[in-house]
Amino acid sequence: MSSRPLFSVGINFIVGWGAVLLLVFPIIWMLLTSFKTEIDAISPEASLIFQPTLDNYRAVLGRSNYWMFALNSVGISAAATFLALLIGFPAAYSMAFHPTERTKGTLLWLLSTKMMPPVGVLVPIYILFKDMSLIDTHLGLILLFLVANLPIVVWMLYSFFKDIPRDILEAARIDGAGLWEEFRFILLPLSGPAISSTALLSIILCWNEAFWSINLSTTKAATLAAFIATYSAPQGLFWAKLSAAAVLAVAPVLIMGWVGQRHLVRGLTFGAVK
Amino acid sequence: MNTATPASQLANSIAAPSADNDRSFRNTYLIAPSVAVLLVWISVPTIMTFWFSFQHYNLVNTAGREFVGLDNYIYFFSSSSLAIAAFNSVLIVVGVVVLTIGIGIGLVLLLDIEFPGSSFARVLAISPFFIMPTVAALIWKNLLLDPVNGLFTTILRAVGLPGVDWFGVFPLMSIITIIAWQWVGFSVLILLTALQSLDRELKEAAAMDGAGSFAIFRFIILPHLARPIGIVVMIETIFLLSVFAEIFVTTSGGPGLASTNLSFLIYVQALLRFDVGLASAGGVISIILANVVAYFLAKAVSRSLEI
Repeated sequence: MSSRPLFSVGINFIVGWGAVLLLVFPIIWMLLTSFKTEIDAISPEASLIFQPTLDNYRAVLGRSNYWMFALNSVGISAAATFLALLIGFPAAYSMAFHPTERTKGTLLWLLSTKMMPPVGVLVPIYILFKDMSLIDTHLGLILLFLVANLPIVVWMLYSFFKDIPRDILEAARIDGAGLWEEFRFILLPLSGPAISSTALLSIILCWNEAFWSINLSTTKAATLAAFIATYSAPQGLFWAKLSAAAVLAVAPVLIMGWVGQRHLVRGLTFGAVK
Repeated sequence: MNTATPASQLANSIAAPSADNDRSFRNTYLIAPSVAVLLVWISVPTIMTFWFSFQHYNLVNTAGREFVGLDNYIYFFSSSSLAIAAFNSVLIVVGVVVLTIGIGIGLVLLLDIEFPGSSFARVLAISPFFIMPTVAALIWKNLLLDPVNGLFTTILRAVGLPGVDWFGVFPLMSIITIIAWQWVGFSVLILLTALQSLDRELKEAAAMDGAGSFAIFRFIILPHLARPIGIVVMIETIFLLSVFAEIFVTTSGGPGLASTNLSFLIYVQALLRFDVGLASAGGVISIILANVVAYFLAKAVSRSLEI
């Protein structure tokens, strides 16, 4: 490889980086715009050369309700993810280490629940939530995010568990470890990476979820995704503030995605690509 | 699920029947919570949707609620809105899948090569996938595609062309572009991971045997990527049939029905017109459509799933 001519390395460098920068250009543009004044944001002369300002961030963060939306996103994503792991972990454990003839069917059935389009049940969920006073509540969104992510959580954990040699658990059992000891002293320490990657994917999916949060939350329980949607109205004319709010909303998940990239693949492909 | 080793089969046959029962009981209660939660989620609302779809039922005026048989379905199938929305749903899926797979393959071929900063470039390339739909759509709608001040208009003006009202003239194409941008990040993530597991020596050996770049792509890389491509198509299809936020914050389904898909059509009936009966009939149709598509997809790629 080292004998490769410098010229071709140069071409690869230019074409590779050119393509990637073109792809992420909208994000770069959003970041630039977030540091412009509203006037600069819409004037072609100030496209690249402008006096940067933090005013937009001050304005967005100064809105008393911004922090509420951010906290809603954090709280709802965390709670839904925790519940999905709590319910999904035992199921994944059981199917990975003690498979029966029904395991394959169960796994495929879990996956098939993802095939149901949310809009197909929008009406009954709206009516049920209205009757149970769950509209615009944290609990309501947590429940919806839980059922949306549970199949993915089970599949991802299952796929990780399949890579743990079964003999380790068998050995513990022969030594007299009960279910709880097996869980606590063998499986839990071994499944750190599995749990953290699964939690990461679930949090990212919850954070970015827009269908239920737009339709079933208004003020109290609205997440950042729903908050940003309100910028489609006349407020959207304030591009610099929109950009600043957008940067703040996507930054946490973008960073998590960059860090966890490799581990997310397994969950996103139901274990088919690792 | 026939991966049980001979040893464990032997162990099972030796184990006392009581231990076997104990184990199956344990399996049941470990799996039960997940299955129960999803069973409720899948069955209760679906049955309700089905039930409502045969009624005249409007949330604004519940007095006139009555059983009307297939009227809602007849209304949908006789008005052109359903056909247009279903067609748009399919167009979005097909358009985005084709674009993301095509561009995705091109990008991962570029990124699989080592160059200064290539590992950083690989991480950056997946970014669009992590941008929430409402942000992606609003950034494109305003900063890039705005007919007066958007960057595309600025560029067009710089070369002497007039600005274009993208969402007015090409509503569906504009939406497909935005969604495809987001999902290219996904296809790059999956295909790049798959491609990097390809044995480099295989490619080098083929090159030494005189295989050209195209032959290597056609006979080594493409077959290696076939399975991950199938997975990407399946997962994108599932998610893209339900596209909503991108339409909600950009065109609101317009002009007319030009960018309305099934999700948006049902949303309009349900939460803007409060017509439970019609929206439910639409919901049933969307569930059936999704399941038909899912059935064929699952048949095609389920062998790729490792169980």
